[in-house]
Amino acid sequence: MALKIKKVNDISSAIGPVKGPLPGQAKAKEEAAISMQGLTKRFGDMTAVDHIDLEINKGELFGLLGANGAGKSTIIKMLTTMLTPTKGEARVWGHNVSRERNAVRSSIGVVFQDPAIDGMLTGRENLDFHGRMYGMDGPLRQRRIDEVLELVDLAEKADIKMEDYSGGMQRRLEIARGLMHYPHVLFLDEPTLGLDAQTRRYIWQYIRNMNKENGVTIVLTTHYMEEADALCDRVAIIDNGKIVALDSPENLKDMIGSDSVSLEIQSGAETLIQSLQRFSWIKSASIINGTVELKVDHAQQRIPEIMQVANECSAVITSVGLHKPTLEDVFLKYTGRKIRETGATANSLVAMMHRRKK
Amino acid sequence: MKQDLYAIYSIWLREMLRFFRLKSRVFGSVAMPFFFLAFMGVGFSGGTSMPGIPSGVGYVSFLTPGIIGMTLLFSATFAGLSVLWDREFGFLKEIMVAPVSRIAIVLGRTAGGLTTGILQAVIILISGIFLGMKMPSLSGFLLSLVFMVLIAATFIGLGLAFASKMKDMSGFSLVMNFLIFPLFFLSGALFPLERFPVLIRSLAYTNPLTYGVDGLRYSLIGTSAISPAVDLAVLTVCCAAMLFLGAYLFENTEVK
Repeated sequence: MALKIKKVNDISSAIGPVKGPLPGQAKAKEEAAISMQGLTKRFGDMTAVDHIDLEINKGELFGLLGANGAGKSTIIKMLTTMLTPTKGEARVWGHNVSRERNAVRSSIGVVFQDPAIDGMLTGRENLDFHGRMYGMDGPLRQRRIDEVLELVDLAEKADIKMEDYSGGMQRRLEIARGLMHYPHVLFLDEPTLGLDAQTRRYIWQYIRNMNKENGVTIVLTTHYMEEADALCDRVAIIDNGKIVALDSPENLKDMIGSDSVSLEIQSGAETLIQSLQRFSWIKSASIINGTVELKVDHAQQRIPEIMQVANECSAVITSVGLHKPTLEDVFLKYTGRKIRETGATANSLVAMMHRRKK
Repeated sequence: MKQDLYAIYSIWLREMLRFFRLKSRVFGSVAMPFFFLAFMGVGFSGGTSMPGIPSGVGYVSFLTPGIIGMTLLFSATFAGLSVLWDREFGFLKEIMVAPVSRIAIVLGRTAGGLTTGILQAVIILISGIFLGMKMPSLSGFLLSLVFMVLIAATFIGLGLAFASKMKDMSGFSLVMNFLIFPLFFLSGALFPLERFPVLIRSLAYTNPLTYGVDGLRYSLIGTSAISPAVDLAVLTVCCAAMLFLGAYLFENTEVK
């Protein structure tokens, strides 16, 4: 598991929950890349998407986070004209998804959750097909194919049939294809589903680059907490077809509260707690099952001080654990459930042995 | 408009690449009609001629247009139904999300199905000539091409209509056994319609392939049970109706 301790910046929490601009983005309010008003989709009696109101800004890297079946993919399918909304409306790059489908289609690139490639064609042929479907002429197509293949490091595999690609390679080619026709908005539905950790990190890098260097607005869905955390400017947590929380990952985590530090202690727990009480940065301190649990802001900066205090009052600490609020905690708070995915929890646990020096 | 033409070409090109890339498919697609032609043609030829076949026309000559009709029926329906494969393997989404009119997608598929279907039909025609069918005249051959296009387009439309309504491939064998084979046997492809009982014969007259096979016989060997003008008219109407139906249902299909 990745050891991830991010420096927590002080971000003013004054961000409008729904329609506010990005933190630090002081640009004049222009038309949103995507806007949804009361967007609803029902399948029979089941309401998959329930009156979603949301605006996604131009240039934003936006994440829809939710468990399987929460309605993320259905939202994406409506925004990409694959499904017709039951109620409400949505605009993508200014075009109505029900009435101006072709204009919407011209503005977007899509990487669907399930592979959408022709395995009997080579990577290059799949891209060639795509280019023609988007009206790109020969020279432009050739140039662009080479560019995007380069971007996802597949130039050498371009002339191999895609059924012989690995899952990660297929995914990369699909991402390259989604970008090929210079879309304004790129939709990525679970872009790293089922991929190994290394490939996932590569793909994150591609996604970041596309967003930062090419200015493509990106909307991705994921049920991987760390993916949303690592990539997205803003995240909407979707549960039962509704948005239950919407903000930057940092602000969402700040809402959960302080970090927690757990100290396993051989002796002197009581004295340590008493000594620590005098510091204002200790929000709470208690002993649970013999372990000292502290609530502390910016805990990673306070651990040395805690050690110092432990030394002074002769407490013997055998291990230190640090847990920073994660999107998993945020998710749990808003939905009352955990997203269960092996290896995807973002617990940043620092365990270290501390020997008392006298 | 330009983009739609690109799209039609792109979809057609993909069908060609797929068709020729699988050597077994090229081979397999003509193998069954060829065996029908070879074994039945040789088995039933000679001796007394079959009632209903004009004297002087050998059974191979009579059978070849029928088998051409069969080849077109199968390959065209498959081409229409191939949307199901694309749905199953996800590629349909890549096609549907592209900014091209749905009619261009239908036309691209139709163009692909027509090309592969007629290619197979011509291979069967050449096989028939080798097996003893009289060489058709050039004008007859050209007229037969018109009938081939109409037959193929009709059943591509039919296949597309079914594929748009079916969610997965489970209904495929149902379509094969309860639609395609009856259409084939009820078309007079193997023996003259006169040999059917009246009830079955009137059923055969509701089958577009009956007119297609009859038109092909007229073009290639100069005999027909129905007037070729009627064949042409009925088939044109069927073709337009089926393509329209296929395109309409495809247009309204949602991609889950």
